[in-house]
Amino acid sequence: MSSVSQLNVWLLIGLMALVTFTIRYALYARANSVSLPPKLEQALKYSAPCVLTAIWVPAILFPNGELALHSDNPYLFGGLIAMAIGLWKKNILLTIVTSMVCFFAMKWLVL
Amino acid sequence: MVESPKAPFLKGIIDALPLIVGGVPFGIIFGTLSLNAGLDVWQTIGLSSIVFAGSAQFVAVGMLAAGTSLGFIVGATLIVNLRHLIYAASLLPHVKHLPQRWRIPLGFLLIDEVFAATYPRYLNNADCGNNHWHYLGVGVAFYVSWNVATIVGILFGANIEGIADWGLDFAMSATFIGMVMPHLVNKPMVAGVMCSGVLAVLTYSLPHKIGLVISSVAGMSVGYMLEQWLHHKDQS
Repeated sequence: MSSVSQLNVWLLIGLMALVTFTIRYALYARANSVSLPPKLEQALKYSAPCVLTAIWVPAILFPNGELALHSDNPYLFGGLIAMAIGLWKKNILLTIVTSMVCFFAMKWLVL
Repeated sequence: MVESPKAPFLKGIIDALPLIVGGVPFGIIFGTLSLNAGLDVWQTIGLSSIVFAGSAQFVAVGMLAAGTSLGFIVGATLIVNLRHLIYAASLLPHVKHLPQRWRIPLGFLLIDEVFAATYPRYLNNADCGNNHWHYLGVGVAFYVSWNVATIVGILFGANIEGIADWGLDFAMSATFIGMVMPHLVNKPMVAGVMCSGVLAVLTYSLPHKIGLVISSVAGMSVGYMLEQWLHHKDQS
């Protein structure tokens, strides 16, 4: 951490907090005077699944920053288990726990 | 008559529990990585408690460790967190009756897990006047667990050799998959999610995580357009 001094870390934390809060609060702040087009409101019901998928798919395919589309990638293995359990049982806790157990089992026992 | 706020608040805490199971390992690894990147204990706690943005915190700590300049890190924070604007837009019609003293904390708490846990309640019980208590319950529960996990990571990280290589970050993917799969019950949602996932892989190499925004917006557009198309086809 050569280029950023200790004081600048706090400046950075302050700026990150400002940016993050502004993004989350900006629309709420003027909620009464902002109205979204009905088309946009309908499209927004796809927001959470699409955004989250844009995060988790690369996370399991690029665990170390490089494409790891092979059978000894525990992230891919655990991810496929999670998808199967999630589609089958539709239970978040069961999906998380089962896939994590499978992930760690492969990481520690197999590899 | 509006039901008492206690019940939805407690329901919110209960609905947050599965997500907390996935969030805690991720918070622990954040506390550990942050110290390894050269931040001190209070700066690490500051990131989790003042910024409260899981993936942006990881990106920032990684960029700090790589010696990236401050402006670029703030820019990356903006892009990584831009998705929260989509969540705010989704909840906008449901919070506009609330006073600012509610909107400020609810805005601060608007992260992936909180949105995913509380938004279905708004869609299914639109007439319930106390949904904001559910939102607050989910948010407070996740906020507390995230900060406790960060502190655990700070305490353990120095003592446990190689904890950063355990793969605790898989917990985030497991949580997100668990949140997405139950939604895949109709064609537009499946098409949108698949489009978003494929594009996220194709745009992975673009700088500053801009691919995340492109993929998300494209996936939502595909879902919406297919829904409209199927709707018109049914009518004709």
